[in-house]
Amino acid sequence: MPIVIFELPDGTQRKVSAAPGTVLMQAAVSNGVEGIVAECGGNASCATCHVYVDDRHTARVGPPNDVEDEMLDFTAAERRPTSRLSCQIGLSDELDGLIVHVPEEQV
Amino acid sequence: MTSTRTDPSTNPSTSAAGVVVVGGGQAGFSVVSALRSAGYDGPVTVFADEPHLPYQRPPLSKKAHTDRDGVRVDLVPESFYRERDIGLRLGDAVTAIDTAARTATTGQGLRVPYDHLVLATGARNRPLPVPGAELAGVHGLRSLDDALAIGRALTTARDVVVVGGGFIGLELARVAVAGGARVTVVELADRLLSRAVSPQLQEHLRERHERSGVRILTGTAVHAIEGTDRVRQVVTDRGPLPADLVVYGVGAAPRDELARAAGLAVDDGVIVDEQLRSITDPRVCAVGDCARHPHPHAEGLVRLESVQNAADQGALVGRRIAGSPSPYASLPWFWSDQGDVKLQIAGLRANTDEVRVAPGDSPERLAAYAFRDDRLVAVETLNWPAEHLAARRLLERRTPVSAADLAGSTLGALARARRAAEVRT
Ligand SMILES: Cc1cc2nc3c(=O)[nH]c(=O)nc-3n(C[C@H](O)[C@H](O)[C@H](O)COP(=O)(O)OP(=O)(O)OC[C@H]3O[C@@H](n4cnc5c(N)ncnc54)[C@H](O)[C@@H]3O)c2cc1C
Ligand code: FES
Repeated sequence: MPIVIFELPDGTQRKVSAAPGTVLMQAAVSNGVEGIVAECGGNASCATCHVYVDDRHTARVGPPNDVEDEMLDFTAAERRPTSRLSCQIGLSDELDGLIVHVPEEQV
Repeated sequence: MTSTRTDPSTNPSTSAAGVVVVGGGQAGFSVVSALRSAGYDGPVTVFADEPHLPYQRPPLSKKAHTDRDGVRVDLVPESFYRERDIGLRLGDAVTAIDTAARTATTGQGLRVPYDHLVLATGARNRPLPVPGAELAGVHGLRSLDDALAIGRALTTARDVVVVGGGFIGLELARVAVAGGARVTVVELADRLLSRAVSPQLQEHLRERHERSGVRILTGTAVHAIEGTDRVRQVVTDRGPLPADLVVYGVGAAPRDELARAAGLAVDDGVIVDEQLRSITDPRVCAVGDCARHPHPHAEGLVRLESVQNAADQGALVGRRIAGSPSPYASLPWFWSDQGDVKLQIAGLRANTDEVRVAPGDSPERLAAYAFRDDRLVAVETLNWPAEHLAARRLLERRTPVSAADLAGSTLGALARARRAAEVRT
């Protein structure tokens, strides 16, 4: 099972293990990681599951899809080159060790 | 009631009684989660009449679920409540509240004291008022158990009749047609979603659903449901429709009877002030589908049935009880996934005097912009989440947008331009 790390705005880290085949947003929500709101439950409708992929991992995670890319212009926290919607990141063993940063605000 | 110098409903000092939440749905969960995030350390207990961990309802009408294990609807796992010392009493309903003694009584006979009581009891489906509605094979859809029963029935159903062309009915119709059933939606009004979205979108939605194979009968009344043990047909004023499964969605009513029995002000929902406190007793508040509340974007009181409303109201009350009060002012928004149609609504459309419809940059995309006194107040989009989000950002900030501002442009373009201007200044 891939292990992923959410770094919260205050610098603390939450390490969670995720079942392959799920998405990063689910791993956060089912482990109660604060700051991933996911109002729409993963339907690419709300942009409240925004994360910044750690600079060292962007190549592994890849770029946003088209709809996601448009939505990222309207996240509550600023958009950065590493911004992604966590419900659009599928987890596989290749993403073991992934670090993402949770933004200050989501809504 | 004793008089206190500080407002009792925002006083963070905790006595032993703590917070009692009635209802373990979207709003109740949001209350307890916000209480603990905001540092409240008194006792917190949720009473939920359903036997399930608090769950989300939207997936129930958007997918066919056949067994509990295959459904991922829990808001958070059980450990979340344990780690935060949140008491969860599943399968135990609150049956009475005594506002003078500040206690709640439960079906299992507990009598629980409270400092703050939060009503988060949600809504129940209006029954289908025709003979035969009690036959096997006829279902309302509100709870996880309803959804599981419908999901199992869909594995064999050939002819499905959906009574009511609202959000839940249309979502389920698309699930059923995708599963291979013949599906007919019967709607009394002349249009689908007649009160919820602008007429131009109603037509568009109808086309999309018909193209996917859903048959739609608007302006059609259901008179009876017939069958011996199980449903066999639905009698309408256009004749009988064969049916082995009937799902109805004809509106919901707030569960406000506890409040009414306790002597609190109720009128199609528990009446609350801008902090969501009962106007009769500030120790009691109501959130989510069961609350009727003032809103800066509305004239008079409104009652909203949406995840956004339940989640934001719950969080506001949790923070208030923990010591940070603020009036409720979140922008209302809603979504509905109907097969390949993602409908999103930002703002409140009531009392608008002009609606402009604009196509998006692909044939699947469409937006309806609603104005009141030439000021944008609500936006409905189809398959266009970015435009929906742009609408939310602009409406939240109360940025004035006129019909002229939008001519030949999109909100997305406007919002990007304004953001860029903000960054430059
Ligand atoms: C099938 C379906 C699909 C939906 N889809 C969408 C959607 O796509 N988008 C959207 O924005 N909204 C949607 N909604 C609406 C949304 O789910 C509700 O607005 C939201 O759940 C309201 O939250 P709530 O906490 O007020 O009520 P609920 O989530 O209904 O929770 C209330 C809970 O309180 C319990 N309860 C009631 N009385 C008592 C008592 N006396 N003691 C103990 N427990 C009690 C109830 O059994 C229930 O479990 C949908 C609703 C349904 C039914
Ligand atoms: S959870 Fe809503 S967009 Fe990701």
